[in-house]
Amino acid sequence: MTETLFEKIWNSHIVVEKENEPSLIYIDRHLVHEVTSPQAFDGLRVNHRKVRRPELTVATIDHNVPTTDRSLPMIDETSSTQIKTLEKNCKDFGIKLFGINDPNQGIVHVIGPQLGITLPGSTIVCGDSHTSTQGAFGAFAFGIGTSEVEHTLATQTLWLEKPKTFEILATGKRKNPFAVTSKDIILSIIKKIGTNGGTGHVLEYRGDAISDLSMEQRMTICNMSIEAGSRAGLIAPDEKTFDYINNREYTPKNYDDLVEDWKNNLMSDSNSKFDKRFTIDVEKIEPQVSWGTNPAMVSDVTDKIPTPEEFGQNNEIQIESAKKALAYMDLEPETLITEIPIDRVFIGSCTNARLEDLIDAATIVKGKVINSNVSAMVVPGSQMVKHEAEKLGLDKIFKDANFEWRESGCSMCLGMNPDILKPGERCASTSNRNFEGRQGSGGQTHLVSPVMAAAAAIAGHFVDVRDWS
Amino acid sequence: MKPFSKINSIVTPFDKANVDTDQIIPKQFLKLITKSGFGKFLFYDWRFDHNGQPKGDFILNDPTYKDSKILITNENFGCGSSREHAVWALKDFGFSVIISPSFADIFYSNCFKNGVLPIILDIKNIKKLLEIRDEVELDLNSQKIIFGNEFINFEIDSHRKIRLLEGLDDIDLTLKEDQKIENFEKNSSIASIFE
Ligand code: SF4
Repeated sequence: MTETLFEKIWNSHIVVEKENEPSLIYIDRHLVHEVTSPQAFDGLRVNHRKVRRPELTVATIDHNVPTTDRSLPMIDETSSTQIKTLEKNCKDFGIKLFGINDPNQGIVHVIGPQLGITLPGSTIVCGDSHTSTQGAFGAFAFGIGTSEVEHTLATQTLWLEKPKTFEILATGKRKNPFAVTSKDIILSIIKKIGTNGGTGHVLEYRGDAISDLSMEQRMTICNMSIEAGSRAGLIAPDEKTFDYINNREYTPKNYDDLVEDWKNNLMSDSNSKFDKRFTIDVEKIEPQVSWGTNPAMVSDVTDKIPTPEEFGQNNEIQIESAKKALAYMDLEPETLITEIPIDRVFIGSCTNARLEDLIDAATIVKGKVINSNVSAMVVPGSQMVKHEAEKLGLDKIFKDANFEWRESGCSMCLGMNPDILKPGERCASTSNRNFEGRQGSGGQTHLVSPVMAAAAAIAGHFVDVRDWS
Repeated sequence: MKPFSKINSIVTPFDKANVDTDQIIPKQFLKLITKSGFGKFLFYDWRFDHNGQPKGDFILNDPTYKDSKILITNENFGCGSSREHAVWALKDFGFSVIISPSFADIFYSNCFKNGVLPIILDIKNIKKLLEIRDEVELDLNSQKIIFGNEFINFEIDSHRKIRLLEGLDDIDLTLKEDQKIENFEKNSSIASIFE
């Protein structure tokens, strides 16, 4: 019997299996943050339960931390309560916390990989849907709700219905790999398969165009699996994966043995059967810009905003959604994407705030100054990314161009901290969700890659970075 | 959890697709550390204007549906963020049943953990229910939505159905498998993060 990569991971983690019922699956890694965990710890307390495997659990504070000077007191009392609650919970239950002033603090999906906690072939959960990011290492990594956080804390397992499998085959070579990024690949995929194309499925990204990508670029792809409706997306590990994991702070001591094991076991067998398949040729992909209020409402940078009818193609629901989206976004159909002016630029989030993203964006920005109508900020994905970027002098490049250079956290990806858009402000953002109000009530979000965001900051409107000089 | 019993209620027609959890409960309300009290923030940005006044044209502000326990909506309901607060808000507001042609995976599973029943129906039946103004009876045991002389059958995983009907606690059930978890751990090669 042939098996896909996902099926191999699934089968090796079954604790209890019964016919036609969910299976009990063992969880190897549990990442915890301040927003989705308080009620879970509360549940444990009420029922006098312990955390079963604190040594497989790690916590950080990312969603609502301020990204300004952290030596100052926090203004927002409720955020501060949530942070203190996590600190207390970690202390009471014996969980390692990378707290607000820890050099390892950062967005949970950025720190897992960079600390060597994220491993191929493992099952990883976190109370955050973008846990899928870590599938880039050939792990089954997925977001869970708070009840499941509690369940994992108490039992180190979860009852899961086995998802179906969906092969996304990316072929060809990108024409301009600097300007056409992995963000553009994943946005193009979502544009084609839709925001619920992957529902009930685990995506496996395969093909030369995927192998070609660095680990950080692969994370951007897997990150947005959830925007295609999939709880998880994964990529078979290869030499790049193993190199990335080697010598990190928490890389397991038996790394060499593990690599042997991963090499032999972690790939889909040839001829394995996927429940669904989709192929995309990356050669044809252009830089992408979202114009609507879900991540499938995306156009090539050289295009115009479609009319609702063009977008919906006879699907009434889609046509209606596009109309509402354009009204919310205050945009007219047939407008050239490059004619959309912007007010704000956000380079950050677990999608695009790792070191390579910042290096690429800095390449665009270097020696230039942002447009006087724009305010722009860079929020590194973790303290470690920030530190490495500073060693390369990127902070200086950004600051010289009038970007704000901030502390790490989720920041304006979801605007739970003071970093938010005002109503009517239009933002080029490297994050993953352009839902109504996501970055602040009434704010208008356009999803783009880091290089596209950087170029837009300087021009004051979207530009085709392939023409950038 | 309370066992899930029969429900008699009018249906709140909320004909919208791709409703994401950011809309169901905007992030500024995620900072509570309890599970209750989220209902007043449900669909906040749609329900209230910038001054915090209820918007007259939003369906949940219509007194007709004040006591409704059933929300009917369009495809891909609950997409986006995994926040369980979305289900807590819907439940706290009074809904125990959400009907849609399709749900996002995490939202769907979050519903069951909180005694909320998500029902998937085809578009034809959704359209029919969107039109009904009278009370319907929802019977989980027989998997039927009954109105007048008609009824619609719905599917649900039998395992989940029993858990809802009996109001069973997931963790208690799992802890019965403790021996198997221990055996698994003995044979697992995955390293601890912290020695
Ligand atoms: S950066 Fe955004 S998407 Fe990523 S974990 Fe934070 S809030 Fe979620």
